Amino acid sequence: MPLSTQPPASGEPYVLTASLDNARHLSSLLRAVHIQDYATCFATANGLRVTVEDAKCIQANAFIQAEIFQKFAVQEESVTFRINLSVLLDCLTIFGTSSLPGTSTALRMCYRGYGYPLMLFLEEGGVVTVCKINTQEPYELLDFDFCSTKVVNKIILQSEGLREAFAELDMTSEILQITMSPDKPYFRLSTFGNAGSAHLDYPRDSDLMEAFHCNQTQTNR
Amino acid sequence: MRFRAKIVDLACLNHFSRVINTIAKLAKTCTLRLTVSKLYFILSDKVANGGVSMWCELCQGNFFDEFQMEGVAAEHNEIYLELVPENLSRALKTAQSAKAVKIKLTNKHCPCLRVAVELPSLSSSSRIVTHDIPVGVIPRRLWNDFREPRVPDFDVSIYLPVLKTMKSVVERMKNLSNSIVIEANLSGEMNLKIETDLVSVATHFKDLGNPPWASEDGCQSSDQGRDLESMAEARIDIKKLQQLLAGQQVNPTKALCNIVSKRVVHFILLHEDVSLQYFIPALA
Repeated sequence: MPLSTQPPASGEPYVLTASLDNARHLSSLLRAVHIQDYATCFATANGLRVTVEDAKCIQANAFIQAEIFQKFAVQEESVTFRINLSVLLDCLTIFGTSSLPGTSTALRMCYRGYGYPLMLFLEEGGVVTVCKINTQEPYELLDFDFCSTKVVNKIILQSEGLREAFAELDMTSEILQITMSPDKPYFRLSTFGNAGSAHLDYPRDSDLMEAFHCNQTQTNR
Repeated sequence: MRFRAKIVDLACLNHFSRVINTIAKLAKTCTLRLTVSKLYFILSDKVANGGVSMWCELCQGNFFDEFQMEGVAAEHNEIYLELVPENLSRALKTAQSAKAVKIKLTNKHCPCLRVAVELPSLSSSSRIVTHDIPVGVIPRRLWNDFREPRVPDFDVSIYLPVLKTMKSVVERMKNLSNSIVIEANLSGEMNLKIETDLVSVATHFKDLGNPPWASEDGCQSSDQGRDLESMAEARIDIKKLQQLLAGQQVNPTKALCNIVSKRVVHFILLHEDVSLQYFIPALA
């Protein structure tokens, strides 16, 4: 298929078109879920969800609301395709990952539908890059059935604090134990390694705690 | 055959180190040619190199405070040495704050370039770190292998885009494909393209400008009759291009490339005191 350098005019048969002034907003979110090479993209009028699974036991989801985009149009009720996320990230960051202040990569994304490649038009400083990434049949994804009425405990933490904690976990421990409780210790991460057991406690009034809704004491490994 | 040289100026020393670092990134082994006025780092196009060749030229007066050279014979007042530039690069790493660096050709047990770095010291006597870099002396009968490559009869000559942008793009493309197509025309447009089963990516540069070349008889360049929009292209090994771009530690004053369609891409990078030519052959 010849590569057209012109972005599509309106009225073209694209089931998904999206424009973003700064592609970095998309690439940094997608990098966070880049745990495997392939991802499933699911677009509706609400936005774009990118799901990556590993060995049918971990699922990472990135959801980008339609409002984040300067333009976001989905012609059908939903559009789904599977795509190589490593390739997509290389294309989104084609002009480099760090940039001078004041410059950003503009992105336009177009998808014609089942069987067609995903087209990316990226522009920075007058230089235009056009990418055509082949798409695949979407696989069935895990459904964790996180029905919101059955949620017992819910905690929202600032990620910086959690990241430091995860970096310090005792890797000689086979398991990580997570305890959530309306009473002390509120939120605890525990490991049981060669040197002994280690517990990281987050009090409910900690600065890092954005939201704390715990009804029952629950421990999971 | 004698050679001794000395650098005392720190700026010249750092500049020289940067040049050597660039050469070390481009060639595992290369030929160092010494004449009265110039130094050359030469890589001739053997199959072992994947067909790339390199010609780097420096005026010794811009770097060295002292430079004495006596070639193999009076009528052939030059020295050709085979060396591993990485060794020289590593020796110069210790010279980042040196008072002086002396380089001398010696032959105690085997031919070596002796690099003596004089470092500042708290006591009155200075500290000297000496590196002996083994070199091979190339006999005169082989000197013809290392002649300056002629500028090829190119189809298009064009200035390169901002190297930082070109470097980023080529680095990403290297993750996606083994080969890259460079195409350019006489209207200042250049495209870098890769295409695999998974993905195709094309980056378009505009308004780059085409350097004017005068042919020997002073007439306009031989591509006068060429259609301005028509692209000359070559498919080359992307790793070789990435190595060339990654090795550039300083922005050159002028950077351009000459494309011979489907045959070779000839890169010319000019700094104030150094000129570097690099030839990457087209893949079959």
